[in-house]
Amino acid sequence: MSYRPIKEIGEVYLTDEGMTFHEVSDTVCGVTERKAPRNWWIAFFIAASFTGVLGAAIGYLFWQGVGVWGNNAPVYWAWDITNFVWWIGIGHAGTLISAVLFIFRQKWRTAINRAAEAMTIFAVICALMFPGIHVGRVWFAYYMFPIPNQMALWPNFKSPLIWDLFAVSTYFTVSLLFWYSGLIPDFALMRDRAMGMTGRQGKIRRMVYGALALGWRGSNRHWQHYERMYLILAALSTPLVLSVHSVVSFDFATSVVPGWHTTIFPPYFVAGAIFSGFAMVMTLMIITRAVYGMKSIITIRHLELMNKIIMLTGSLVGYAYAMEFFIAAYSGNEYERYVFMNRAFGPYKWAYWTMITCNVVVPQVFWVKRMRTSIPVMFAVSILVNIGMWFERFVIIVTSLHRDFLPSSWGYYRPTLVDMGIYSGTLGFFFTCFLLFIRWVPMVAIAEVKGVLPQADPHDASVHEEEEESHGGHEPEPEAAE
Amino acid sequence: MNPTSKKRVALYLAQYDTTAKVLHAAEKVRKAGYTKFDAHTPFPVHGMDGAMGLKDSPVGWIVFFSGLTGVSSALLMMWWMGGVDYPLVVGGKPGFTLPSSVPIMFELMVLLSAFGALFGMLGLNKLPRHHHPIFESETFRSASDDKFFISIESEDPKFDLAETKSVLESTHPTTLEVVEEPMDEEKDEASEEHHA
Repeated sequence: MSYRPIKEIGEVYLTDEGMTFHEVSDTVCGVTERKAPRNWWIAFFIAASFTGVLGAAIGYLFWQGVGVWGNNAPVYWAWDITNFVWWIGIGHAGTLISAVLFIFRQKWRTAINRAAEAMTIFAVICALMFPGIHVGRVWFAYYMFPIPNQMALWPNFKSPLIWDLFAVSTYFTVSLLFWYSGLIPDFALMRDRAMGMTGRQGKIRRMVYGALALGWRGSNRHWQHYERMYLILAALSTPLVLSVHSVVSFDFATSVVPGWHTTIFPPYFVAGAIFSGFAMVMTLMIITRAVYGMKSIITIRHLELMNKIIMLTGSLVGYAYAMEFFIAAYSGNEYERYVFMNRAFGPYKWAYWTMITCNVVVPQVFWVKRMRTSIPVMFAVSILVNIGMWFERFVIIVTSLHRDFLPSSWGYYRPTLVDMGIYSGTLGFFFTCFLLFIRWVPMVAIAEVKGVLPQADPHDASVHEEEEESHGGHEPEPEAAE
Repeated sequence: MNPTSKKRVALYLAQYDTTAKVLHAAEKVRKAGYTKFDAHTPFPVHGMDGAMGLKDSPVGWIVFFSGLTGVSSALLMMWWMGGVDYPLVVGGKPGFTLPSSVPIMFELMVLLSAFGALFGMLGLNKLPRHHHPIFESETFRSASDDKFFISIESEDPKFDLAETKSVLESTHPTTLEVVEEPMDEEKDEASEEHHA
């Protein structure tokens, strides 16, 4: 469990050196026990206002119908599905950090996995709104589910859209279970800390955190099942996250629309999802670690490692962009060729080149170590990557649709105010949830961070020396044979 | 809680400062022949399962059968709905086909496995649990923070106030205490209020 860096190859400690278990508890739990800083209230007010915009825009949409959006022939999918894919993609980084990096024993993940998983859940909620509201008659949304309806009709299980429904709702549920199971020991810590608190606040905290902790008492008989469960959930989430964005890409790839009908979509979508998700984690982490003094736990090294992943996945999507052009040229299909030339040099070229600049060119600055470790640079890059990844989905969806096979059905899509209101509203909703999360829930996986501190290792050399001093060295060497 | 109510000895609780000490202590307690003892740590301590002599966790089996249920119920659902009850002809394709069923079979396998993992873990651990006598101890509050504990329950056949104490003392705990729990009929309600 614990982590001791190999100094010879330049590894460093995961937290500030010499950090004690208690300091980890204090640093993380303290955030929820102190009064919220003024900046939290300002941010919360702004975010909550945009949540209000979301409510108003969706209400207007339900009242009037989807005609209030800019979607029209031939562009029937536009910002709604762009936003859906963008939000789902952002969510994927949380699962990647919590599950895939866990399987690969990347212990640095412990500092950021909790916040990233929370981000996943809120992003997936935002994503799930769009398929729900884009159906037009929302009161028939239950047609999507395999439940008996008045037409005695079942969903078409051969359609990727129904696969998507199962994939995304499974993804949301599993992410929630994973997040909550990781929180149980930390809720127990919050409960125990609240035991000493007085007044109404202490009572409420004891009740709420006590209920959420489910009576956890750190028993090793429990930890044994718990660790096995955590490993299994990670092992399940890893193929799940790959399947979810693959299935999302099937929504496009299984159609016969030039520009969508490509075999590269599943891996390309997954890489893009991880790319944008890491950028979002980066944006959130840079702000929270500065505001809440988490710099000793979320160190510059964590950020640097994330930047490396951003650079890698950015280059992967860059490769995919190039490969799409190559296949279009090599296929000899004139429609396919036209779509891609139109994408880069047609009426939406501004969107295409924004995407290329933000996603492929900008992350290359991370080849330089000074850039990888500079907070302003990585903050700017993380924002640009998210803009670029939103444009990627916009480019794929809108430019492939806006010029149909016959020039008589060509068009130019423009968003309306309602489109913008709903999109900015989901951003507001996302940040509202995230701000509430950092206010009331331990934002770092405390038990896991303690587990990777050097003194967590029972065979740690420095601990043994102390022990021999105090007990005259009569302790048997534990499991020396192992 | 009524202070005059009768109490009974529930367990011995020994506290340690480091993971190495608690690991050795667990080993000693096991070698002394105790079976109803436990280690309480803020995070899983490496090697503790071996030191306590625990058998492998069966969570994997629960997950395996949950996953199997997920796959087969997905297959059955799609076969019956799409192939038997109301075959939809879309693009001249058969009502039910295996290849197009794979994504949903996979998703339901993952979904039910995840439920199996979390609820299996909680079931094996007998959680959620409203109260446990160990919470009567005030020092135990640091078990989730930075201290390590060994508890030996009074239900253990080898439990003996004097002898168990000497075994635990030989492991050099920083504190050692007897934890008692109230005995009256409303024992559960009374203590629950205190520690909910």
